Amino acid sequence: MADFSPERVGIVTESTGNEVLRIEHLHKEFEGNVILKDLNLTVRKGEVIVVIGPSGCGKSTLLRCVNALEDIQGGQILLDGRPVHSGAKDITLMRQKIGMVFQSYDLFPHKTIIQNVTLAPCKVQKRPRAEAEQEALELLERVGLADRRDDYPRQLSGGQKQRVAIVRALCMHPEILLLDEITAALDPEMVHEVLDVVLSLARSGSTMLIVTHEMAFARAIADRVLFIDEGEIVEESTDPKEFFTKPETPRAQAFLKTFDYE
Amino acid sequence: MDIEVIRSYIPLYRDALLLTLRIGWQGVLWAFVIGLVCTLIRQLRIPVLRQLVTVYVELFRNTPLLVQLFFMYFALPKIGIRISAEVCGSLGLGLLGGAYMAETFRSGLDNIAPIQEESALSLGMSYLQAFRYVILPQAVTASMPGIVANVIFLLKETSVFSVISLMDLMFTAKDLIGMYAKTIECLTLLVVFYLIMLLPVSLLGSLLERRMRRAEFGN
Amino acid sequence: MQSLGIDVLFKGTNFLRLLEGLWVAVRISLISVAISIVLGILVGILMTSRNMAVKAIFRVYLEIVRIMPQMVLLFIVYFGTTRVFGWDLEAETAAIIVFVFWGTAEMGDLVRGALISIPKIQYESAAALGMSRGMAFRYVILPQTIRRLIPLSINLITRMIKTTSLVMMIGIVEVLKVGQQIIEANRKVSPNAAFGVFAVIFLMYFLICWPVSRLAVWLEKKWA
Repeated sequence: MADFSPERVGIVTESTGNEVLRIEHLHKEFEGNVILKDLNLTVRKGEVIVVIGPSGCGKSTLLRCVNALEDIQGGQILLDGRPVHSGAKDITLMRQKIGMVFQSYDLFPHKTIIQNVTLAPCKVQKRPRAEAEQEALELLERVGLADRRDDYPRQLSGGQKQRVAIVRALCMHPEILLLDEITAALDPEMVHEVLDVVLSLARSGSTMLIVTHEMAFARAIADRVLFIDEGEIVEESTDPKEFFTKPETPRAQAFLKTFDYE
Repeated sequence: MDIEVIRSYIPLYRDALLLTLRIGWQGVLWAFVIGLVCTLIRQLRIPVLRQLVTVYVELFRNTPLLVQLFFMYFALPKIGIRISAEVCGSLGLGLLGGAYMAETFRSGLDNIAPIQEESALSLGMSYLQAFRYVILPQAVTASMPGIVANVIFLLKETSVFSVISLMDLMFTAKDLIGMYAKTIECLTLLVVFYLIMLLPVSLLGSLLERRMRRAEFGN
Repeated sequence: MQSLGIDVLFKGTNFLRLLEGLWVAVRISLISVAISIVLGILVGILMTSRNMAVKAIFRVYLEIVRIMPQMVLLFIVYFGTTRVFGWDLEAETAAIIVFVFWGTAEMGDLVRGALISIPKIQYESAAALGMSRGMAFRYVILPQTIRRLIPLSINLITRMIKTTSLVMMIGIVEVLKVGQQIIEANRKVSPNAAFGVFAVIFLMYFLICWPVSRLAVWLEKKWA
């Protein structure tokens, strides 16, 4: 499998202990509806946390809050001890340290694959084009798409687009990656090629916060599983195998049952 | 059809065409400027100005240019605002076109999925960078067919300029018919000169639309 | 407001005359729209034909309408036919002919667009439910097409009303012409009447067109 060691892909963590992300008493409302209530979570360096739960439970909103794409009504989100919120002066700097891949194919349709990957490194981080392109190509090579560098997104399959989206996030050298149901819109046969990339990222020590509906994948990759329902963490487990076979809470049991056909 | 008559009329029509083109394109330019300013005010959600833009757009999209010109040219002087016929023509066209352009730009921007801005922001871009590198290029491409249609529409609308006594193509044709009754020759020349004015724009517009689509999205 | 001519409007039957003038313009446009919609539906269905000759003819027709100002068409029909065929066409008839020629092209293009925008799967699922072609058209395709068309046809009405203001140029006495007459008649007593009269005409057009175009927007949203 591809080499995604932290040095190679450039995921760096300043040593503020080994804690990367801390969410304290997060409260999120939208038009009077409470989406997340008093949510607490700490993510350590190299940790892979998988968030599962029924649709509408707030798990995607959680990721969007972490990247300050949503306003929050209470609590705080700290990256390396510094607050992340949409009004902050250094928000663009903070967002550079947080990579995010969305469910829908969010590549820029008017840019080629290589331009998609290098746009932010060149314009935001002001890195020299040649250097950014070289790194982009290396990363594309590892996801098997270097030969598509000059194609446009619409010429790629869904799975290929998502692999490019991952590379685009990685090229910014984020400290943590947020993956928001990145295979939910894919045809089944393309799910694997994307999840393989995520698995190898995990093996090479990337810190990730993943929302997914792929239970087998969650079980294989997670260091810790969070089950969220109605805006709060209902069950948390550091033993995915245990969690997926014998969840403790009735709500998690009921949720996992919906994936069985027996 | 009398070829001699046509030959003798051509210089008159040529002058009229040049005048129509000059005022017409000035009007189109105004339309772009006014449309962009309105779009900016709407995008930045500037209070008061934003409501004014809405009133302006609705007012000018729902009244005929002819009536707008009558108002500007014959009514405004009565309250002390005197505008020359040429300025009245180009500014009037620009005000009409600005309202149409504002709507076209808006629908172009509305066509861009919010996820595009969000993914740009999530890469650490500022709002300005996201707009400049991600939203704007896509919005321009999406608005292109509307922009071309607006330009053709505006250049066609120049045909009412004669009511504010500008010697445009219609004015010339009407004048010559009235004086010499060479109706067929005059009307033929009128059609030919409007074709000269608008056919290239129409063809170029279609070409541009196709080009942009290909250049921006790779087929 | 004395000096700005609002008073002139309320003198005698002046305001009524303006309204009558407005009705002339609106009447011409309503007649033209009605005919255009009927002809446009026929033309739109014909335009989906695969016959190359039919396609080419309609292409040329659409392009003429796209780039020729309605003003020019009015002149050709009104002045040209008198001269070439010796017809003594009434101005109002000439206007309706031109607006129908223009409206049919616009409507035809809309109908064609609406027809080809119905996805093939709609025909197929109707067939899968055992519907005949006629039934599929009647119960599945037509209702969807009409929903798309109604807001666009309403838009055509406002554009038609705005364009009919041109008929004053071929001598039809409509609202602008009446306005000029009123201003002219009161030149001595109220030299500034132009302001009041033209402002009111401006407002009249807006008050007719604006509600109609809002209706189109509302329907478009409702049926989107």
